[in-house]
Amino acid sequence: MAQQERFDWWAAQPLGRTAVREAAKARQTAPTARPAVVPAQAAAPVPVAAAPAAPEPPVVDAAEVYRAVQASEAFQDIRRSYRGFVFPATGVFLGWYLLYLGAQAAAPELMRRQIAGPLNVAWLGGLLQFASTFVLTWLYARNARTKRDRAALGLRWDTQDQLR
Amino acid sequence: MTSNPAVPPSAMMTANFRPAPDTGPYPAPAPASAGHLAPVTTGAHHNLAILLFAVVVLVTLAITLWVGRRGQAAEDFYAGGRGFSPLQNGFALSGDYLSAASFLGVTGLIALYGYDGVLYSIGFLVAWLVVLMLVAELVRNSGRYTLADVLALRMRERPLRAAAGSASVVVTLLYLIAQMVGAGSLVTLLLGTSSGQAKTWAIVGVGALMIIYVTVGGMKATTWIQIVKAFVLIVGAVLLTVLVLIRFHGNLAELMRSAAQGSGHGQAYLEPGLKYGATATSRLDFFSLGLGLVLGTAGLPHILSRFYTVPTARAARRSTMWAIGMIGAFYLMAIVLGLGATALVGAKAVQAANPAGNTAVPLLALHLGGGAGSTAGVVLFALISAIAFATILAVVAGLTLAASAAFAHDLYARAWRRAARPEATEREELVVARAAAVVIGAVAIVLSLFAQQLNTAFLVGLAFAVAASANLPTLLYSLFWSRFTTRGAVWSVYGGLVPAVLLVIFSPVVSGAKTAIFPGVDFHWFPLENPGLVSIPLGFLAGWIGTLTSQEAADPDKYAELEVRSLTGAGAA
Repeated sequence: MAQQERFDWWAAQPLGRTAVREAAKARQTAPTARPAVVPAQAAAPVPVAAAPAAPEPPVVDAAEVYRAVQASEAFQDIRRSYRGFVFPATGVFLGWYLLYLGAQAAAPELMRRQIAGPLNVAWLGGLLQFASTFVLTWLYARNARTKRDRAALGLRWDTQDQLR
Repeated sequence: MTSNPAVPPSAMMTANFRPAPDTGPYPAPAPASAGHLAPVTTGAHHNLAILLFAVVVLVTLAITLWVGRRGQAAEDFYAGGRGFSPLQNGFALSGDYLSAASFLGVTGLIALYGYDGVLYSIGFLVAWLVVLMLVAELVRNSGRYTLADVLALRMRERPLRAAAGSASVVVTLLYLIAQMVGAGSLVTLLLGTSSGQAKTWAIVGVGALMIIYVTVGGMKATTWIQIVKAFVLIVGAVLLTVLVLIRFHGNLAELMRSAAQGSGHGQAYLEPGLKYGATATSRLDFFSLGLGLVLGTAGLPHILSRFYTVPTARAARRSTMWAIGMIGAFYLMAIVLGLGATALVGAKAVQAANPAGNTAVPLLALHLGGGAGSTAGVVLFALISAIAFATILAVVAGLTLAASAAFAHDLYARAWRRAARPEATEREELVVARAAAVVIGAVAIVLSLFAQQLNTAFLVGLAFAVAASANLPTLLYSLFWSRFTTRGAVWSVYGGLVPAVLLVIFSPVVSGAKTAIFPGVDFHWFPLENPGLVSIPLGFLAGWIGTLTSQEAADPDKYAELEVRSLTGAGAA
């Protein structure tokens, strides 16, 4: 696991390890059943003592693992929180940018209207584009940090363990 | 000084569909032809400038040799060992993105055209939201070295790598030629000569340096050069911005008013339409350009490959956030610098030194230091010129690396390899990558020499438009559409690439206008300079139709793998 050591920025690494072992055991007893992927948070951080007790099946079907993970509730949560934020946000900023861009072509008179001092609607719109970019960056990062990161990382180790 | 906005002189130039000679779809780092160049200053400035240029070359070479000593695996060459921190990569992303076109071109446009110049900087910045939200993390998680790696995960590899690899090489080559033509003009301009020979040597010199950076240092050295360059660039911009603000006692409204006065256009300078407002076509052209800018960034191969230099998707996201912060701050400062140049130096003097306004910032530096005769002015001028030079060197190195990676990793080792032959070894692939860097560098040098009369703006604009038309639709479909097929992907790449190139060939950029590449003939029928408005939707449409008409269905297993890997990072390189 040399790879794991490079991700020491995240403390949640061992989470979900036991869940994976259990899943592997379940697969052994009932090979046709999809491995149950337990959300990372649900697993208690137990020492690795259980590990040698659960030998991996010799050949892992990667496609099956990925399909199982994809179908799992934990993954669907991640996917939902990602798409649920990113798609509307993209619509908003692209729409707002194209509206602003289109206004130069379609409504130059409106853009020329003075607001305060030398500032007119066009400049205000431009400065608001800067502001909205910064705000959306921050919102996206906050969403990712609070809603996705931990679960995605747990699922990552889960999936990788199953693939080994 | 007249405040009659009715017909500003520059608006007259836009009457024939072409907004302005040198600053078409993208701010030109340097004007189209050497004939327009006039030395900015003479004498002592240039000795100091040459000295600082030499320092830049020595420092970058030292970085290359020092970094290039160890670690020469594929991971090091293509991805810099994947060990960079988010902050470092944020600097490197800014370094890759803020070319001379931004430092000199955008500020020059703002100096000459006021508000219409500001619009460029906004397109460049908003584009990063696409990168941040839709591309950065997912690409980091699912690819190894190149854009095609992501696509190949769920498609048949060979046709896809051939398509995506070629598109990447085309985009970077166009971008590269534009930068080098610009570099030639700029270096000679800043050194105070306007002879064709000096320009040729400048292009050859820059080309040789970039080949050395890439072949010796790979991604690691290129990244460190970007970091140093971005740092120096931002420090330089902050310094000048502070000096401008001190001059105006921090009063931004006063700065805007003085700039409007100094521009000679009065209030029209602060309103939209000075450059792109004359006809409905020119306004539509600007819309097309804006669309290409905002969607093109996320398809630029040299930007995408940056995300492989950090260890995780989270680090990729954080580096993008750093980049957005720095790039946004930089463009805000660029507005102040552009306005400051017009207010303090005056639009007339800026335009006299360079018709495209590319020397506005060096001139501003000279003025802020105390004018042509003063020591401080000379030092500041030389310093800013050297920063611009470092900017060019770093950007061309990043581009060469991306092109050589696409060639060796996608085309040579995978797409063009006959199925019967054994897979290319890593060692073999790296030899080819280095050779490709030399060849691509040489091709770029030769093409740049021939393209010296060519409008650099048109080349970079085309690079952005091709990236947005060919690379982005495939990438987005691939990441988000479960039914997307190989045929759809291949059609999408070519369906964006071919129209983009064709539309430019039949645009007023190439023929039929006074400032065209072939001014004598007229075979243009496409009215816009920038193909984005048509070619980007075509790229998306081709991908959609290709998918609907394809015989084979998408493989749900492969999509499951891509989706899981891209969102969780499982199995990430």
